[in-house]
Amino acid sequence: MPHSYPALSAEQKKELSDIALRIVAPGKGILAADESVGSMAKRLSQIGVENTEENRRLYRQVLFSADDRVKKCIGGVIFFHETLYQKDDNGVPFVRTIQDKGIVVGIKVDKGVVPLAGTDGETTTQGLDGLSERCAQYKKDGADFAKWRCVLKISERTPSALAILENANVLARYASICQQNGIVPIVEPEILPDGDHDLKRCQYVTEKVLAAVYKALSDHHVYLEGTLLKPNMVTPGHACPIKYSPEEIAMATVTALRRTVPPAVPGVTFLSGGQSEEEASLNLNAINRCPLPRPWALTFSYGRALQASALNAWRGQKDNAGAATEEFIKRAEVNGLAAQGKYEGSGEDGGAAAQSLYIANHAY
Amino acid sequence: MAHRFPALTPEQKKELSEIAQRIVANGKGILAADESVGTMGNRLQRIKVENTEENRRQFREILFTVDSSVNKSIGGVILFHETLYQKDSQGNLFRNILKEKGIVVGIKLDQGSAPLAGTNKETTIQGLDGLSQRCAQYKKDGCDFGKWRAVLRIADQCPSSLAIQENANALARYASICQQNGLVPIVEPEVIPDGDHDLEHCQYVTEKVLAAVYKALNDHHVYLEGTLLKPNMVTAGHACTKKYTPEQVAMATVTALHRTVPAAVPGICFLSGGMSEEDATLNLNAINLCPLPKPWKLSFSYGRALQASALAAWAGKAANKKATQEAFMKRAVANSEAAKGKYVHTGSSSAASTQSLFTASYTY
Repeated sequence: MPHSYPALSAEQKKELSDIALRIVAPGKGILAADESVGSMAKRLSQIGVENTEENRRLYRQVLFSADDRVKKCIGGVIFFHETLYQKDDNGVPFVRTIQDKGIVVGIKVDKGVVPLAGTDGETTTQGLDGLSERCAQYKKDGADFAKWRCVLKISERTPSALAILENANVLARYASICQQNGIVPIVEPEILPDGDHDLKRCQYVTEKVLAAVYKALSDHHVYLEGTLLKPNMVTPGHACPIKYSPEEIAMATVTALRRTVPPAVPGVTFLSGGQSEEEASLNLNAINRCPLPRPWALTFSYGRALQASALNAWRGQKDNAGAATEEFIKRAEVNGLAAQGKYEGSGEDGGAAAQSLYIANHAY
Repeated sequence: MAHRFPALTPEQKKELSEIAQRIVANGKGILAADESVGTMGNRLQRIKVENTEENRRQFREILFTVDSSVNKSIGGVILFHETLYQKDSQGNLFRNILKEKGIVVGIKLDQGSAPLAGTNKETTIQGLDGLSQRCAQYKKDGCDFGKWRAVLRIADQCPSSLAIQENANALARYASICQQNGLVPIVEPEVIPDGDHDLEHCQYVTEKVLAAVYKALNDHHVYLEGTLLKPNMVTAGHACTKKYTPEQVAMATVTALHRTVPAAVPGICFLSGGMSEEDATLNLNAINLCPLPKPWKLSFSYGRALQASALAAWAGKAANKKATQEAFMKRAVANSEAAKGKYVHTGSSSAASTQSLFTASYTY
């Protein structure tokens, strides 16, 4: 084996690891506000709002104008490219508003899924071309972390060995390129909840996928202390007839992570998938109360599970902006507590908070 | 992906995980007394004792009949095949003597190295043939864990990817077979200290090797909670001119482990390689004081570093039994303290305890 050629200098490593730790500082998680234009179309159509650039700007303004209460529960916000260059009504760039709150700015860098020929509808994710130059520019423009989503699904013959290998490899290439440019990569190997498989099956598949991801990251010389993981929680398929408690989900999830995610990874920021706002908070809370030893922070990187009530309250009306922002702050604070195992539950079941946010075969 | 076929039942998993935890509970470690006949020859030759079965029996008898309080420091003993069936001078089987002290009995399972053609003198390990039947018999005969040592070396073009992959695969096959037979596998991927490479290079290689080992264990469906790891500490090559402190060794070692060893592994029991008794203890202590997160027990599985003084005190004479037992007990207690980060160097050490135990290109 030739002598190692260090991928990063000591200073680069320190910068990356400091950024990662800031994002997942105790009680903090991530607002995933990086919905592509296509995904925003679905969200806005649900509340009868036209999908224009201005409406997308107005909606993100609702979220980003949250007051200082979010400082203690939001460590990072993921932006979509368009949003990174938008401003609020007073001409203040969104990036600056977020940074001024001491929140780290992140950017979605993948370019969506493409099919893997010869598989049963499986995909890989594109976006590696020119990624280094794009990251360098995003870093100049205020981003300190990035996100790239890979998608796997469970069925009779999937995920296949090819899908696991290819997605793990592409995640590792993306992560390596990010770190070269001072950007902390959030590594997201999402296993969709589509299907009727049970909890155990999801746990088994999650373990296989994560083992492959961490082998690929090691092969590509990625500095784990300067990364974050954004996995699915281990849950049954959405069409599974068996119901499981948050505690069962927590135990399966933490067990899978303990078997695959090295302690060097500073934080695991779960995606919410199709869970309702309340489910996502209760599950995160149970995860943080799980009796198994957990050497990484276990927190949230939620899109829908932070925004559903806010979207519903806004409905595109300027007059509703304040109330909508309050809904967002409320979910942010609840998840900040859940990330510490301190959430007692809402007590109220109903409204947008409990409504299932599952959309079949979700692609951004 | 085909439906999973569980390798182990919940009862089997419980048994394995309880055995593993018992071995490393409360600062306990392992006495590696599994020297093959050839290796015992080397040891006995140093103290000018003839390498006969009776002499080997006598020395092991002295160690195993030490006061029961040794069970506070020693959780497991690894035996060589011959020793498993030997008795003390009253006709009591060694394995029963150990079990009565509450010590778990283990057995060396590998059958030595075999060359890998086309490499720079690299090797793999033999012993898989009929291993399941052998394990079943050893379990009946009182063993609850097994040990298998793979060897990798640092040199020009070494370790090669073939050597890493082949040894990781053999370790995973061995581990899988052990677990099927109720034996906890100790997984030992030793990167030997021969060479003039520095600490950083050893760390780099150790990380690559361990990443491959854990990927292989995952691929082979090995239940991590029912295994133990026996790695080298991360040290400079023995011919490296630069000297490092125990704290530097500790930081490099724990960094490598926390980037590769999942938290599900209950314990890591270091081999002592060519270290003197005192260095092995000081390094283990520094490792346990290292400020990085350490979700596994960090303990010892020492051969030479537990027995050198005892061997010197014995010198083949029955009259030296008490002195031999005291020397052994002293190192056992010292290492158990070190496994809790509580070792206080007394300042007085016998010549044998600081003498380097390095033998070039060490093989059993």
